[in-house]
This record gives sequence, structure tokens and C-alpha cells, in this order.
Amino acid sequence: MRSSIRDAARVAINTYPFSRLRSFGERIGIVAFTMMLLFAMSQSLWAHEFKAGDIEIVHPWSRATPDGAKVAAGYLTLKNDGSEGDRLVSVSGEIAGKTEVHEMAVDASGVMTMRPVEGGVEIPAGGTVELKPGGFHIMFMGLRQGVKEGEAFKGTLTFEKAGSIDVEFDVQAIGGAAGHDDHGG
Amino acid sequence: MMTMAAEAKVWRSRLIASAILAVVVFGGLGAGLAVGLFGPAAQPTVQIGGPFTLTDQTGAKLSDTDLRGKPFTVFFGFTHCPEVCPTTLWEMSEALKALGPDADRLRVLFISVDPTRDTPEVLSRYMQSFDPRIVGLTGTEQEVEAAGKAYRAYWEKVPTADGDYTMNHTASIFMMDGTGRFVGTIAYEEQADARLAKLKRLIAGT
Ligand SMILES: [Cu+2]
Repeated sequence: MRSSIRDAARVAINTYPFSRLRSFGERIGIVAFTMMLLFAMSQSLWAHEFKAGDIEIVHPWSRATPDGAKVAAGYLTLKNDGSEGDRLVSVSGEIAGKTEVHEMAVDASGVMTMRPVEGGVEIPAGGTVELKPGGFHIMFMGLRQGVKEGEAFKGTLTFEKAGSIDVEFDVQAIGGAAGHDDHGG
Repeated sequence: MMTMAAEAKVWRSRLIASAILAVVVFGGLGAGLAVGLFGPAAQPTVQIGGPFTLTDQTGAKLSDTDLRGKPFTVFFGFTHCPEVCPTTLWEMSEALKALGPDADRLRVLFISVDPTRDTPEVLSRYMQSFDPRIVGLTGTEQEVEAAGKAYRAYWEKVPTADGDYTMNHTASIFMMDGTGRFVGTIAYEEQADARLAKLKRLIAGT
């Protein structure tokens, strides 16, 4: 079994175009280039962006839900490039009957608290607000269907000044992270 | 009048004596502190754990007495939970995978604090997304209340806009030994390797 794998590898490496690359350095170069290309591609997949007026919406994402779950959380980063503050006042999602923005925290005694954000999330002029695990999240409630890994869904964000914009939420695995921070806690 | 040599000898022995004293006193203090902080003596200031009878996701009854002989972990949550509960169940599933065969020497329990919505049927479906060894538990309001009291777990309903509700609840995992005695907790923010190390210690009984 193992020798057949080795044989296959030898055949592959002696096949054009690899056969032209006799030096180890050349082969390493090819591998490194391919990996960089893959990395760059995955970055562009993750780091999708939307823009409403002066508000940049970076990488809306969610997590797959357990079987039969009725709620899901959504996360994203909001950047205000303007000279005036704005507010994310409401969100809706095609998967949910009702959507709210919540603030979550775990206090010193280990109790998780969650409450609706009154009056929306403020995005100060020139500022950035992150909705991420452990802090603010978009709460999709009354799910019409389960959220599945890799199946993006549509949503609409409404800002006090910048108006409404349609976005798409990428879906990670149940315990998945945003792609750049390792602990999704 | 002592000679210089004799005087030096006295000083040296005084120095040695005080050094020994310092070692004894501070060493003792340090050891005492270490025992106080990390030793078993520090743990049971409050009683955590106790009797309960609940229903698992297959509809079978499970009591604290059925758990004797194997260490276990208890986590309180609910299925209408957007982040903490699915993440914790997923992390515990990953931990069980990482423990390999040792995972069978541990029981992992998830107790719903929302029994009105989390019936055994709902739990049975929900738990399919996680390691099948994790036991989902629910019961009557009173049964769940009693379990929560035993573990000093806290929860409350928080109303949302249209008469619906979500919940605040204790998000730590309680670690219990094979006699049902409280060993420690795993915090929600804890990293995977720290969580795994704690579970390994719990299984080893050290
Ligand atoms: Cu929420």
C-alpha cells in the first residue's frame, strides 16, 4: 500500500511539468507559489466587503447551527469613513423571522448575559465597531431553516444615515472562527 | 574577648541559623499558600453538586447516583442560545475526540435551563450535531430548578421585543469526580489546550 503511494508520487514528480524541474529549489518554489495563490484566494473569499455611503461593512459571517436550532448569530465589522457618527438601527435576514442586535458578556462569576442593544449600535466618525463572538452579535431568531456551513445567506442592514444595504453572510462551521482570530469564544 | 576567628564562626553560625529559619518560615508560608490556592483544601468552601433526577434526550431518567464511579462534567444552557451553548458543546465534542479512548472514562452532561422549549425530542435533534456521548438533560421546571440549585448555577429569562425571551445563564463547566464531589470549573473563555489539560487531570483523578 505504502509503496504504491510512493510509486504514484514518483510518477507524478517525473511527469511534465514537474519533470522539467530537476532542482529541489525549483520544486519548492512551485509549491510555495501554489500555496501563496491558495492563501490569497481564500483571503479574498473571507474578506468580502460591502459599502453603504460612508459605512464599510467588512466580512459578515455566521456559524452553522445545530440540528433544529431556532437561533443563529451574525458577526461583522463596521467602519465609518465619514465625518459624522452613524448607527446600525436594524438588521434582517432571509433565514429568520425576526432579527435583533444584542450585546453579550460573560461576567466575573461566569454568567453569560445577553441584552438587546437599545437604539442601535453607534459607529463614531472615523471609528470601527466589531460585532464578534463574546461581544455584540446580530441575533437571528425564529429560524425558517438551519444554517449550513458554506451556504451563505442574505441579510439587510439599515443605518440611521447611510440607509439600507443588502449583504451576504458567509457561514463557518459550528465552532468556527472569523478566519483571522483563532478562538471564536 | 573572643578572637577574630571565633567571632567570625559565631556570625557564620548565626547567619546559617537565620537562613534556615527563613527557609522554614517562608517555605512553609509558600507551601501553605500553594495548598490554599491549588490544593484540595481550597475547593469545598461552597457545596457544588448534589442530588438530581432528569430525563435525557432518549427519554430515559438519569440521577446523580447513576453517575457514581466515573468523573463527569456539567454545563447548563439552552437550545435557543446563539453562541455560548453551541460553542461549548462543539468544544467539548472536540475535547472528547482529542481524549481518544480516555473519553470513555468521562461523562459529559448538558442540562437545559429552558425545559418548556427544550423537550427530550428537541434535545435529541439538537444533540445530533455534537459528539453522541454528550448527554442532553431536561425535566420539569422543578426538576431542573433542583439541579440548578445543587450546582449553584444561575439563570433568568430576558424578554425580547415581541413577548419572546432569551436567557442569561452560568456559562462555566463544572467538573465533578467519580464520587460526585466538585473538582473545579472550566471557564467559557478558556483555550482548547487548557480545557483538555483539565479534563485529563479530572480523568486521571489528580
Ligand atoms: Cu443574542
